[in-house]
Amino acid sequence: MELILALAIGILTSSGVWLLLRPRSYQVIVGLCLLAYGVNLFIFSMGRLYVGAAPIMPKGGFVDPTAYADPLPQALVLTAIVISFATTALFLVVMIAARGITGTDHVDGRERD
Amino acid sequence: MVEQNLLLLLVLTPFVSSVLAATLPVGSRNAETWLAGLTMLMALGILAVLYPAVAQGGKISGSFEWATSIGLDLTFRLDGFAWLFMVLVSGIGMLVILYARYYMAADDPVPRLYSCLLAFAGAMSGLILSGNIIMLVVFWELTSLVSFLLIGYWYQREDARHGARMALVVTASGGLCLLVAMILIGQIVGSYRLDDVLAAGGRITTHPLYPVVLVLFLLGAFTKSAQFPFHFWLPNAMAAPTPVSSYLHSATMVKAGVFLLLRFHPALGGTEAWFQLVTGTGLVTLLMGAFVALFKHDLKGLLAYSTISHLGLITALAGIGTPLALIAAIFHIVNHAVFKASLFMAAGIIDHETGTRDMRRLSGLAKAMPITATLAIIASASMAGVPLMNGFLSKEMFFEATYLWNNGSPLDNAAPYVAVLAGALSAAYSLRFIVTVFFGPEATDLPRKPHEPPLLMGLPVALLVALCLAIGVAPQAMLGGWLSSAAIGVLGPDLPYFSLKIWHGLTPALVMSLIALSLGILIYLLPRRLIDQGNEGPAIMRAINFGSGFDWLLDVFGRRVPQMLLRLASAPGLQAQLRVMVLMSMAGAYFALGPLDWHIPWPRINAQELVFALLWLVGGACAIGAAWQAKYHRFAALVLTGGAGLVTCATFVWLSAPDLAVTQLLVEIATTTLLLLGLRWLPKRNVEIPGDAKFRPRFRRFRDLLIALTCGVGMTAIALAVLLTRPGMSVGDWFLRHSYVEGGGTNVVNVILVDFRAFDTFGEIAVLAIVGLTVYSLLRRFRPAPESVERPRPQREAEEQALEAYLFVPAVLMQWMFAPIITLSAYLFFRGHDLPGGGFAAGVTLAVGLLLQYVATNVRWVEARLTILPVRWMGTGLCVAAAVGAGSWIFGVPFLTTHFQYLELPLVGKVPASTAMLFDVGVFSLVVGAIVLMLIAIAHQSLRMAPRPKPAEEAPADPEAVASTESTAAVQEKG
Repeated sequence: MELILALAIGILTSSGVWLLLRPRSYQVIVGLCLLAYGVNLFIFSMGRLYVGAAPIMPKGGFVDPTAYADPLPQALVLTAIVISFATTALFLVVMIAARGITGTDHVDGRERD
Repeated sequence: MVEQNLLLLLVLTPFVSSVLAATLPVGSRNAETWLAGLTMLMALGILAVLYPAVAQGGKISGSFEWATSIGLDLTFRLDGFAWLFMVLVSGIGMLVILYARYYMAADDPVPRLYSCLLAFAGAMSGLILSGNIIMLVVFWELTSLVSFLLIGYWYQREDARHGARMALVVTASGGLCLLVAMILIGQIVGSYRLDDVLAAGGRITTHPLYPVVLVLFLLGAFTKSAQFPFHFWLPNAMAAPTPVSSYLHSATMVKAGVFLLLRFHPALGGTEAWFQLVTGTGLVTLLMGAFVALFKHDLKGLLAYSTISHLGLITALAGIGTPLALIAAIFHIVNHAVFKASLFMAAGIIDHETGTRDMRRLSGLAKAMPITATLAIIASASMAGVPLMNGFLSKEMFFEATYLWNNGSPLDNAAPYVAVLAGALSAAYSLRFIVTVFFGPEATDLPRKPHEPPLLMGLPVALLVALCLAIGVAPQAMLGGWLSSAAIGVLGPDLPYFSLKIWHGLTPALVMSLIALSLGILIYLLPRRLIDQGNEGPAIMRAINFGSGFDWLLDVFGRRVPQMLLRLASAPGLQAQLRVMVLMSMAGAYFALGPLDWHIPWPRINAQELVFALLWLVGGACAIGAAWQAKYHRFAALVLTGGAGLVTCATFVWLSAPDLAVTQLLVEIATTTLLLLGLRWLPKRNVEIPGDAKFRPRFRRFRDLLIALTCGVGMTAIALAVLLTRPGMSVGDWFLRHSYVEGGGTNVVNVILVDFRAFDTFGEIAVLAIVGLTVYSLLRRFRPAPESVERPRPQREAEEQALEAYLFVPAVLMQWMFAPIITLSAYLFFRGHDLPGGGFAAGVTLAVGLLLQYVATNVRWVEARLTILPVRWMGTGLCVAAAVGAGSWIFGVPFLTTHFQYLELPLVGKVPASTAMLFDVGVFSLVVGAIVLMLIAIAHQSLRMAPRPKPAEEAPADPEAVASTESTAAVQEKG
């Protein structure tokens, strides 16, 4: 389980970073999305993996923290998901606008000479 | 305690009024005047109430807790000196405000002027009253900032922008020097309280750092008070409206520098260095200012240089530093403020009624405006130092101070001669002002026919001139008590005997005055024609232009040097920059994690996990595929990215994080839709990019691949290393234990978001709102590339009929889904506190529901039936969240503290009710608004297309024009 998730994080990061370094703005957007998946999973996994743990607690009584998944990374990732959505949206619009103004979809607004 | 609160009120009221003034409608000159005038009147009232407490050595000080934990409190203190200064600020402020009512034109945006004037009054009060030297610098810089805004009031004018920038750069840089000086003083004394600093004079002046402190301190004071060689900003600041010049740049703000010199004289003064630097600078400024003023043709230019000269006089007095000199300095501060403010107002009236300020054109105005002429003549006489005027008295005290033996240095010996010469020049330019403007033949070519100003516009001038005369005739009765209180505030209780009288007998000072006056008349009368019509001063004086020198410096350090540094240090293009960033983070990770012990036991995979492995086989393939295809096959890449996202989502489910899975799924939908909408505007890419197969691009790709692989391997290693160790105590345990007890919810993740860490969430939704608005505003001006304007090929080729039926069944289904989706959204929202769901999820759901309607039909169809105002949703959301947070203040607990309880409802049973849920309402509303705003803004771009040519009519000639009008219409529709 741990190995698989770690490999998944690695693959997502690799693909993301590769695309991040490409010259076309659309590639960079897709790269950011993939990188966001990778990073979100990474942050999430810092709370360790709990398969089949109850996500919801009983009402009242003693709570044994070891029986539940760590909620803190989850809360952080929840925020991260929303923020990465916002970043994607913003970048997409910048891309559309830059494309309209410069006439190319190269990230620098002009083709490499 | 009442007195302390009154002090606070004195500082805060102008700021509150400033905010109010800014919100009044543009044309409301009268309301603004009432508001600002009453504010000043209130300040004067408070000062009147407080006077008994500060008279003859009394002092009020009050501390208000602010950030006690870092030793920062609001400390205000008021003594006789500060009191006198406050009276100047409020009194002249009130007159200026009345004057500005008539000076400003009906179409000037007066709320900005009054708001800034009030803010200035507040900043100045803070500066004068602050009992903490750091706070003093803060208010000091605040006055610079407001002065910047006021000089640039007519920002459409080049000279106003230039003058404002110059004033800000000079005075704010001086302020920074002052800040350093204050910090050093605080370190030497061991306290930032003004009282402690003033009492520690001996320790400061003997400290090895004293020269540094003194120079920095004087830089601050000299830049503010326009002392040579920093005087050049003041004449350029005359681009401000005249009320501003009269208030800030002659009566009050420029006095802040000399205020500081006098205030800190007990702490820093009395040394040889102080005498040489301050007196020297003061005398040079005094002479230079008076000399240049004589040649200026612009009325305000003349007054500006005269102001510089008089500030030099006060500075010189502060430098001499004997008790009598300091008393003279305080006296002259008041006198100069009174006559110079009235002169500026008079100049403004002349400008206002004749349309010009050029003394070469103005002439013989005494006939057309006799009252103004009389007032201006009296005020100028005071400026020249004619007996029976207030200016005469303080100038005589100045002469006396320079004449007396101080320390026998060359500077001290030269002082009386400089003083007399400057006095003569000042008499000469005053005379020139009067003679040229008011006497001689009547000017015929003025832009406007001159006449007397409205009564209330002249009133402030008349009041000030009356004061000039009153102080000049009966100084002891008018100012004696106030002046001695102020002097005690500076000098301490043992004040030397001084008497304010017109006739002291035939003293050397009187002789000096008479010499100066007669010399002044001679100076003006002899080369009169040369001065009146010639160039502005001798050629050498015009060649040394400090203003353009400053511009050159600014250009070098503000533009050329940074540009050079940028060229040297920046990577060309985004790719190189991103590469540097990635490499730097890799290096950071390597150095941070390198020294750690790595024990990664070999991980095992058991049979149940095979499904999980299979899942990620698909996910990984999707990710790699997306990376592979993103260049030429964007749609495929998008689908593959979505695949990777879905697998991520499934992983969250698998690993007991249902909240994440729900949110991820919904956000995935929104992101994909967004990207789909954006795809349309990208260039067609079905041909090879030229030169793509050459060696260099291949090498670049290989290098990037290497970087990417290293990143991936590194992340895998770190993740494995963490995952295979057992966790210690986690902060999460605390949240688990307290979630129900303190937050009243069983879904810990949601409780963390809306309760424990609600402030983070608040910041996050604010970010979302900002992004939404940015997207919206970026797209309002958007112009698509020419080849994207046409309809896409499938639409063009399809038959009209086919388009109508396009997606017919799904469209009907999507329309039907509207109500169920709203229900789902509500369901997700209400179960949020106890079960997976919450404001985010509910908000995205509703947004997706709305979006489906757009997909199912078209923009016009939906907007004809449904009014969505996303900006209002966002605004409401942010306000609700903030209001819920602020609500906890009412109960005396910190921002965003929540309260919860379970309510027993009939039929439904126990229902959780908590203020956190209200906060969640805000989150929900904002998320709906932001997402809908973004998606709709992008969707609306398709309206920019040329409409399909109908068979009956011709295609419009200019598709671009039609497209833009349509889109504006659409944007307006949307509101």
